[in-house]
Amino acid sequence: MSKTIMTVDDSASVRQMVAFTLKGAGYTVVEAVDGKDALAKLKGAQVNMVITDLNMPNMDGISLIKAIRSDAALKFLPIVMLTTESQDTKKKEGKSAGATGWIVKPFKPDQLLAVVKKVLG
Amino acid sequence: MNGGLDQAIEAYKEEAQELLSELETSLLELEESPEDIELISRVFRAMHTIKGSGAMFGFDKIAHFTHEVETAFDLVRNGQLSVTKELINLTLLARDQIRAMLEEYGGGARIDESKSAEIIKGFKRIMQKVEGGTEGAESAASAKAGSEADESDEAKSVTYRVRFKPDHDLFMSGTNPVLLLNELRELGQTIVIAQTQDIPILKELEPEKCYTFWDVILTTDKGINAIKDVFVFIEDSSDISIDEIDSGEDVDELGENYKKLGEILVERGDVKTDDLRKVLGKQKKVGEILVESGVVNEDQVRSALAEQKQVKQVRESKQKMEAASASIRVPSEKLDSLVDLVGELVTVQARLSQVSSSRHDANLTSIAEEVERLTWELRDSTMGIRMLPIGSTFSKFKRLVRDLSLELGKDIAMTTEGAETELDKTVIERLNDPLVHIIRNSIDHGIESPEDRVKKGKPKEGTIHLTAQHSGASVLITIRDDGKGLDKEAIVNKAIKNELVAPDAVLSEKEIFALIFEPGFSTAQKLTSVSGRGVGMDVVKRNIDALRGNIDVKSTKDKGTTITLKLPLTLAIIDGLLVKVETEFFVLPLSLVEECVELTKEVIDKAHGRHVANVREEIVPYIRIREFFNITGKSPEIEQIVIVEVEDHRVGFVVDYVIGEHQTVIKSLGKVYRGVEGVSGATILGDGTVALILDVPKLVKAVEIEENQTMVPQLS
Repeated sequence: MSKTIMTVDDSASVRQMVAFTLKGAGYTVVEAVDGKDALAKLKGAQVNMVITDLNMPNMDGISLIKAIRSDAALKFLPIVMLTTESQDTKKKEGKSAGATGWIVKPFKPDQLLAVVKKVLG
Repeated sequence: MNGGLDQAIEAYKEEAQELLSELETSLLELEESPEDIELISRVFRAMHTIKGSGAMFGFDKIAHFTHEVETAFDLVRNGQLSVTKELINLTLLARDQIRAMLEEYGGGARIDESKSAEIIKGFKRIMQKVEGGTEGAESAASAKAGSEADESDEAKSVTYRVRFKPDHDLFMSGTNPVLLLNELRELGQTIVIAQTQDIPILKELEPEKCYTFWDVILTTDKGINAIKDVFVFIEDSSDISIDEIDSGEDVDELGENYKKLGEILVERGDVKTDDLRKVLGKQKKVGEILVESGVVNEDQVRSALAEQKQVKQVRESKQKMEAASASIRVPSEKLDSLVDLVGELVTVQARLSQVSSSRHDANLTSIAEEVERLTWELRDSTMGIRMLPIGSTFSKFKRLVRDLSLELGKDIAMTTEGAETELDKTVIERLNDPLVHIIRNSIDHGIESPEDRVKKGKPKEGTIHLTAQHSGASVLITIRDDGKGLDKEAIVNKAIKNELVAPDAVLSEKEIFALIFEPGFSTAQKLTSVSGRGVGMDVVKRNIDALRGNIDVKSTKDKGTTITLKLPLTLAIIDGLLVKVETEFFVLPLSLVEECVELTKEVIDKAHGRHVANVREEIVPYIRIREFFNITGKSPEIEQIVIVEVEDHRVGFVVDYVIGEHQTVIKSLGKVYRGVEGVSGATILGDGTVALILDVPKLVKAVEIEENQTMVPQLS
């Protein structure tokens, strides 16, 4: 069965790019527009991995990671954050919040797939 | 000049020839993927070797000429010059020039010096574009050449010890350590030892924490950074150490290979080997002692032993590889004579087996069986020596396609598949001409000009796909193009004009396509330098027939043409069906035989004198071997028909008895008999009797012609 990956980003174009790349590689993709939306959609859905942006309205990426890690049903879920080169402090913050890994924006499709493979097997 | 040097010079020439054909392949590949570092270094290395060894053996002209090319590719290698079509063209020209120079040294035609100068000028022009001029680059290249440091460019297999001690909270970051270990496994030969001593007793155990850590012994040629990359997400939180434990370098004799104490004592005669072993046998192994004394635990010892084992294995396999790559060159005549001798041996062995079976002597029989087994093994391995991959021929065609399509202004790509397929050397050699001809035809007549292709809605670039594959005891070679296909109407018209077929003849598609192989057939409206060289496809057919192969043509208008050549793996041996007529033995190639049926008087009577038999509702014409070869005597009551398939027709051969399958070493007939119709060779049976090998297609044709001649007067 194909694995399901959730992409969380307020930018529709980034979501589409991520979704397009992942679907092409045979994954099922669920989209969410911010942290809140993501948490709501994670309840009940079988998601194997989350790829999230950090700067988002309503609930940002760091808070989302913390929320997932403190949820007994979700706490071991692999989470990869999307960061920009300049956000090194954010990267550390995300890491200590419990992110599994990160992808630096802008990225190419094969870079994304390499990270997904690394984290998801 | 002494003999040794002469030999070395010969070896250099052979080596250079090989490098040149490899170079051609690399260049053509490089044209397709101009960024490929490995290809660039391969070209550089080839030029470097040709130059370096050339200077050593006095081929100064080659050395001097090649230097310029090498310099250019050194610039490419350093990223100062990019691979362009111009560079590839020039290098291909240079390659041809070097080959001509080699031939000149071997007594061939004088080379055109002005051409050399022109090529060098071309390289200088390209290099001038590089910032800083050519001077710096030139000295860089010669410095490299002097130090001979190229070898170290290649990635070496290095063995590392990786200790991966994750943070206890590893799982809380969603990381699965097993995936990381799997990633390490993908890098090379790996042993993973889990260290479990940190796992606390159950009462204190927190199930969400990671207590295990891992020692990984990894041999890889990907470098230490590839290993670091695996841990990129957790390198801050986990304890990861990577140490090189074996560099893959040759072991320094003075360094590691010191003698053990016991060895020294034995050497001095102070202790006997047996005594030493006895004493050592009582001794506990270091690991056991250490574990018992509680200094280390079992996991740690296991990990260390694994490390030792891996290093040992890597070194051993390296030694094996070195031994395996050692090969020797043998002139092909020597191989040919070996094959002949093995052929004789097979014959003698068959006689031995026959004699021994009639003697009822158990000892003799067992010896004969042993000899039989050895002979077949010897035969198989001898045949194996003659087998070569067809790849070298394929790469020659790439060049052909490239040059011809340039000449004709067509855009054609050639793809190949199955280059590793092995075939008898002789078959490969004799296959070259027919293949060249077929490919030329495809390029010239098959594939349309780019404009026409676009008009037809096809991709601008035409393709020719060349494949080779094994199929039983045969090899299938397919040449497929996506051109305009064969024009059936034009073929028929031409055949009628050339009086190859009657104007009112009704022909199947297969029969129409078969016409292109008729002597003197050519549909090209005008002769071009490419295919119209006075030889037609009939020559191709003749060549393939001579190889005991056959040709199959499939073609769809505007879709393309596929030509399939079916060839035997080897020419020296044939799987045959042994049959007997009166006292004479004959062999039919088993690959053609479809079935054997009985021919009774009843069937003959039903046919009213015509040579046809009804085999399962199908009329099969037959040829009486007895009549064809004028063998006197009376045929038995029930005869046998061996039914063969020749060019999609079933034809029977009537013989007295079918003896059975017979693997035969083919002997060519003497000069006097070589022209005899219907016989392609002979073989010697176990008892020394000669059996003729029937040339089935020719035999059928000869009978057809004879029939036609006798039929015509009857009709008129």
